[in-house]
Amino acid sequence: MSHKSRSRIASTRRRRSPVFAALGDETRLSLVAKLCSGQRQSISQLTEGSRLTRQAITKHLRVLENAGIVRTVRKGRESHFQFNPQPMEGIREYLDSVSQQWDQALSRLKSFVEH
Amino acid sequence: MQNRIEKRIELKAPVSRVWRALTDYREFGQWFQVKLEGPFVPGQVSRGHITYPGYEHLKWEAVVQKMEPERLFSFTWHPYAIDPKKDYSKETPTLVEFRLEKTPTGTLLLLTESGFDKVAADRRAEAFRRNDGGWDEQMKNIDGYVSQKP
Repeated sequence: MSHKSRSRIASTRRRRSPVFAALGDETRLSLVAKLCSGQRQSISQLTEGSRLTRQAITKHLRVLENAGIVRTVRKGRESHFQFNPQPMEGIREYLDSVSQQWDQALSRLKSFVEH
Repeated sequence: MQNRIEKRIELKAPVSRVWRALTDYREFGQWFQVKLEGPFVPGQVSRGHITYPGYEHLKWEAVVQKMEPERLFSFTWHPYAIDPKKDYSKETPTLVEFRLEKTPTGTLLLLTESGFDKVAADRRAEAFRRNDGGWDEQMKNIDGYVSQKP
Protein backbone atom coordinates (compact mmCIF):
# COMPACT_ATOMS: atom_id res chain seq x y z
CA MET A 1 0.00 0.00 0.00
CA SER A 2 1.47 3.35 -0.91
CA HIS A 3 1.51 6.29 1.47
CA LYS A 4 -0.43 8.30 -1.02
CA SER A 5 -3.26 5.84 -1.46
CA ARG A 6 -3.53 5.27 2.29
CA SER A 7 -3.91 8.95 3.05
CA ARG A 8 -6.24 9.38 0.09
CA ILE A 9 -8.45 6.66 1.49
CA ALA A 10 -8.36 8.20 4.97
CA SER A 11 -9.60 11.52 3.74
CA THR A 12 -12.11 9.93 1.38
CA ARG A 13 -13.37 7.81 4.22
CA ARG A 14 -13.97 10.83 6.42
CA ARG A 15 -16.01 12.49 3.71
CA ARG A 16 -17.96 9.38 2.72
CA SER A 17 -19.02 7.91 6.02
CA PRO A 18 -21.96 10.37 6.48
CA VAL A 19 -23.21 9.30 3.06
CA PHE A 20 -23.11 5.62 3.98
CA ALA A 21 -24.82 6.41 7.27
CA ALA A 22 -27.52 8.49 5.59
CA LEU A 23 -28.31 5.64 3.23
CA GLY A 24 -28.35 3.06 5.99
CA ASP A 25 -32.06 3.40 6.69
CA GLU A 26 -35.01 1.93 4.82
CA THR A 27 -37.15 5.07 4.90
CA ARG A 28 -34.35 7.23 3.60
CA LEU A 29 -33.51 4.70 0.96
CA SER A 30 -37.10 4.68 -0.27
CA LEU A 31 -37.00 8.50 -0.38
CA VAL A 32 -33.88 8.31 -2.51
CA ALA A 33 -35.60 5.76 -4.74
CA LYS A 34 -38.52 8.16 -5.23
CA LEU A 35 -36.28 11.15 -5.89
CA CYS A 36 -33.64 9.61 -8.07
CA SER A 37 -35.96 9.54 -11.08
CA GLY A 38 -34.84 13.17 -11.33
CA GLN A 39 -38.22 14.82 -10.63
CA ARG A 40 -38.37 17.36 -7.83
CA GLN A 41 -41.01 16.41 -5.32
CA SER A 42 -42.90 18.14 -2.56
CA ILE A 43 -43.17 16.88 0.98
CA SER A 44 -46.78 15.81 0.30
CA GLN A 45 -45.73 13.73 -2.69
CA LEU A 46 -42.95 12.14 -0.68
CA THR A 47 -45.25 11.33 2.24
CA GLU A 48 -47.80 9.69 -0.05
CA GLY A 49 -47.99 5.93 0.40
CA SER A 50 -45.93 6.07 3.58
CA ARG A 51 -47.19 5.30 7.05
CA LEU A 52 -44.97 8.02 8.47
CA THR A 53 -46.05 11.56 9.24
CA ARG A 54 -44.87 14.58 7.29
CA GLN A 55 -42.72 15.54 10.28
CA ALA A 56 -40.98 12.18 10.29
CA ILE A 57 -40.40 12.29 6.54
CA THR A 58 -39.06 15.82 6.88
CA LYS A 59 -36.56 14.64 9.50
CA HIS A 60 -35.30 11.92 7.17
CA LEU A 61 -35.03 14.40 4.32
CA ARG A 62 -32.86 16.63 6.53
CA VAL A 63 -30.47 13.75 7.14
CA LEU A 64 -30.23 13.18 3.40
CA GLU A 65 -29.77 16.89 2.86
CA ASN A 66 -26.95 17.08 5.40
CA ALA A 67 -25.18 14.27 3.58
CA GLY A 68 -25.63 16.18 0.32
CA ILE A 69 -27.79 13.51 -1.28
CA VAL A 70 -30.86 15.74 -1.43
CA ARG A 71 -31.22 19.45 -2.08
CA THR A 72 -34.11 21.68 -1.11
CA VAL A 73 -35.58 23.95 -3.75
CA ARG A 74 -38.08 26.61 -2.68
CA LYS A 75 -41.08 26.79 -4.95
CA GLY A 76 -43.45 29.50 -3.78
CA ARG A 77 -44.48 28.64 -0.26
CA GLU A 78 -43.53 25.01 -0.59
CA SER A 79 -40.22 23.23 -0.36
CA HIS A 80 -39.39 20.75 -3.07
CA PHE A 81 -36.70 18.14 -2.82
CA GLN A 82 -34.24 17.17 -5.49
CA PHE A 83 -31.79 14.29 -5.77
CA ASN A 84 -28.08 15.05 -6.07
CA PRO A 85 -26.13 12.06 -7.43
CA GLN A 86 -22.68 13.40 -6.58
CA PRO A 87 -22.24 11.88 -3.10
CA MET A 88 -23.21 8.49 -4.54
CA GLU A 89 -20.42 8.84 -7.07
CA GLY A 90 -18.14 9.49 -4.11
CA ILE A 91 -19.17 6.16 -2.64
CA ARG A 92 -18.24 4.46 -5.87
CA GLU A 93 -14.79 6.04 -5.76
CA TYR A 94 -14.38 4.99 -2.15
CA LEU A 95 -15.31 1.39 -2.91
CA ASP A 96 -12.94 1.46 -5.87
CA SER A 97 -10.11 2.53 -3.55
CA VAL A 98 -10.83 -0.17 -0.97
CA SER A 99 -11.14 -2.63 -3.83
CA GLN A 100 -7.69 -1.67 -5.12
CA GLN A 101 -6.18 -2.13 -1.67
CA TRP A 102 -7.55 -5.67 -1.64
CA ASP A 103 -6.08 -6.31 -5.09
CA GLN A 104 -2.69 -5.37 -3.71
CA ALA A 105 -3.05 -7.42 -0.53
CA LEU A 106 -4.22 -10.49 -2.45
CA SER A 107 -1.38 -10.26 -4.91
CA ARG A 108 1.03 -10.21 -1.94
CA LEU A 109 -0.78 -13.27 -0.56
CA LYS A 110 -0.42 -14.98 -3.93
CA SER A 111 3.32 -14.56 -4.06
CA PHE A 112 3.54 -15.48 -0.37
CA VAL A 113 1.85 -18.88 -0.78
CA GLU A 114 3.24 -19.71 -4.22
CA HIS A 115 6.90 -19.31 -3.31
CA MET B 1 -22.79 -5.64 -5.47
CA GLN B 2 -22.97 -1.99 -4.57
CA ASN B 3 -22.24 -2.28 -0.90
CA ARG B 4 -19.77 -5.10 -1.08
CA ILE B 5 -16.44 -5.92 -2.63
CA GLU B 6 -15.88 -9.34 -4.14
CA LYS B 7 -12.63 -10.81 -5.35
CA ARG B 8 -11.70 -14.21 -6.72
CA ILE B 9 -8.13 -15.30 -7.01
CA GLU B 10 -6.62 -18.62 -8.11
CA LEU B 11 -3.66 -19.66 -6.00
CA LYS B 12 -1.24 -22.35 -7.05
CA ALA B 13 -0.96 -23.76 -3.56
CA PRO B 14 -2.91 -26.39 -1.66
CA VAL B 15 -5.89 -25.35 0.45
CA SER B 16 -4.00 -26.26 3.63
CA ARG B 17 -1.18 -23.86 2.69
CA VAL B 18 -3.56 -20.99 1.96
CA TRP B 19 -5.49 -21.67 5.16
CA ARG B 20 -2.28 -21.33 7.14
CA ALA B 21 -1.33 -18.10 5.37
CA LEU B 22 -4.73 -16.68 6.26
CA THR B 23 -5.15 -17.86 9.83
CA ASP B 24 -1.68 -18.13 11.34
CA TYR B 25 -1.31 -14.65 12.76
CA ARG B 26 2.39 -14.44 11.90
CA GLU B 27 1.86 -15.53 8.32
CA PHE B 28 -1.17 -13.29 7.90
CA GLY B 29 0.93 -10.41 9.16
CA GLN B 30 3.60 -10.99 6.55
CA TRP B 31 1.47 -10.54 3.46
CA PHE B 32 -1.07 -8.22 5.02
CA GLN B 33 1.71 -6.04 6.45
CA VAL B 34 0.60 -5.98 10.05
CA LYS B 35 2.26 -7.20 13.26
CA LEU B 36 -0.33 -8.99 15.37
CA GLU B 37 -0.08 -9.53 19.12
CA GLY B 38 -1.38 -13.09 19.14
CA PRO B 39 -3.31 -15.87 17.41
CA PHE B 40 -6.73 -15.42 15.87
CA VAL B 41 -9.51 -16.75 18.11
CA PRO B 42 -13.18 -16.66 17.06
CA GLY B 43 -15.12 -14.10 19.07
CA GLN B 44 -11.99 -12.31 20.22
CA VAL B 45 -10.42 -9.04 19.27
CA SER B 46 -7.23 -9.27 17.28
CA ARG B 47 -4.86 -6.38 17.84
CA GLY B 48 -1.65 -5.27 16.29
CA HIS B 49 -0.07 -2.50 14.29
CA ILE B 50 0.62 -1.79 10.67
CA THR B 51 4.14 -2.66 9.54
CA TYR B 52 4.11 -0.67 6.34
CA PRO B 53 7.03 1.78 6.57
CA GLY B 54 5.86 5.12 7.88
CA TYR B 55 2.62 3.73 9.26
CA GLU B 56 3.88 1.76 12.25
CA HIS B 57 2.05 4.09 14.64
CA LEU B 58 -1.30 2.89 13.32
CA LYS B 59 -3.06 0.13 15.13
CA TRP B 60 -4.85 -2.78 13.53
CA GLU B 61 -7.96 -4.13 15.16
CA ALA B 62 -10.49 -6.72 14.07
CA VAL B 63 -12.95 -9.10 15.72
CA VAL B 64 -12.51 -12.65 14.51
CA GLN B 65 -15.87 -14.15 13.57
CA LYS B 66 -15.54 -17.62 12.03
CA MET B 67 -12.73 -20.08 11.56
CA GLU B 68 -14.03 -23.17 9.78
CA PRO B 69 -10.84 -25.06 8.92
CA GLU B 70 -9.79 -24.85 5.26
CA ARG B 71 -13.19 -23.40 4.36
CA LEU B 72 -14.01 -20.03 5.89
CA PHE B 73 -12.17 -17.35 7.81
CA SER B 74 -13.96 -14.12 8.64
CA PHE B 75 -13.55 -11.01 10.75
CA THR B 76 -15.22 -7.66 11.19
CA TRP B 77 -13.26 -4.42 11.21
CA HIS B 78 -13.32 -0.80 10.29
CA PRO B 79 -11.66 -0.69 6.91
CA TYR B 80 -8.77 1.73 6.71
CA ALA B 81 -9.54 3.26 10.05
CA ILE B 82 -6.25 5.07 9.92
CA ASP B 83 -6.82 8.28 11.82
CA PRO B 84 -5.31 7.48 15.25
CA LYS B 85 -7.31 10.27 16.90
CA LYS B 86 -10.70 9.13 15.68
CA ASP B 87 -12.90 6.66 17.52
CA TYR B 88 -14.25 4.24 14.93
CA SER B 89 -15.95 1.98 17.45
CA LYS B 90 -19.32 3.68 17.00
CA GLU B 91 -19.36 2.99 13.28
CA THR B 92 -20.85 -0.20 11.96
CA PRO B 93 -17.96 -2.44 10.95
CA THR B 94 -17.68 -4.27 7.66
CA LEU B 95 -17.45 -8.05 7.41
CA VAL B 96 -14.45 -9.57 5.64
CA GLU B 97 -14.80 -13.22 4.55
CA PHE B 98 -12.22 -15.46 2.98
CA ARG B 99 -13.66 -18.64 1.46
CA LEU B 100 -11.47 -21.42 0.14
CA GLU B 101 -12.28 -24.00 -2.50
CA LYS B 102 -10.05 -26.79 -3.75
CA THR B 103 -9.34 -26.69 -7.50
CA PRO B 104 -7.35 -29.05 -9.77
CA THR B 105 -4.43 -26.59 -9.70
CA GLY B 106 -4.63 -25.42 -6.12
CA THR B 107 -7.04 -23.15 -4.33
CA LEU B 108 -9.72 -20.70 -5.32
CA LEU B 109 -9.91 -17.87 -2.81
CA LEU B 110 -13.09 -15.83 -2.65
CA LEU B 111 -12.87 -12.62 -0.71
CA THR B 112 -15.85 -10.48 0.16
CA GLU B 113 -16.04 -7.35 2.21
CA SER B 114 -19.64 -6.40 2.90
CA GLY B 115 -21.75 -4.04 4.95
CA PHE B 116 -20.46 -0.69 3.77
CA ASP B 117 -23.86 0.36 4.88
CA LYS B 118 -26.43 -1.56 6.84
CA VAL B 119 -28.80 -1.86 3.95
CA ALA B 120 -29.49 -5.16 2.26
CA ALA B 121 -27.81 -5.24 -1.13
CA ASP B 122 -31.04 -5.85 -3.03
CA ARG B 123 -32.73 -2.77 -1.57
CA ARG B 124 -29.83 -0.58 -2.52
CA ALA B 125 -29.75 -2.09 -5.97
CA GLU B 126 -33.44 -1.24 -6.31
CA ALA B 127 -32.81 2.37 -5.32
CA PHE B 128 -29.96 2.65 -7.76
CA ARG B 129 -31.82 1.02 -10.63
CA ARG B 130 -34.35 3.81 -10.47
CA ASN B 131 -31.64 6.40 -10.67
CA ASP B 132 -30.88 8.24 -13.90
CA GLY B 133 -28.65 6.81 -16.60
CA GLY B 134 -25.44 8.35 -15.30
CA TRP B 135 -25.38 6.34 -12.12
CA ASP B 136 -26.53 3.16 -13.88
CA GLU B 137 -23.57 3.55 -16.17
CA GLN B 138 -21.21 3.89 -13.25
CA MET B 139 -22.56 0.80 -11.58
CA LYS B 140 -21.73 -1.11 -14.74
CA ASN B 141 -18.24 0.32 -14.51
CA ILE B 142 -17.85 -1.06 -11.00
CA ASP B 143 -19.13 -4.42 -12.14
CA GLY B 144 -16.64 -4.39 -14.96
CA TYR B 145 -13.84 -3.21 -12.74
CA VAL B 146 -14.39 -5.88 -10.13
CA SER B 147 -14.83 -8.72 -12.61
CA GLN B 148 -11.79 -7.69 -14.62
CA LYS B 149 -9.58 -7.56 -11.56
CA PRO B 150 -10.06 -10.87 -9.84
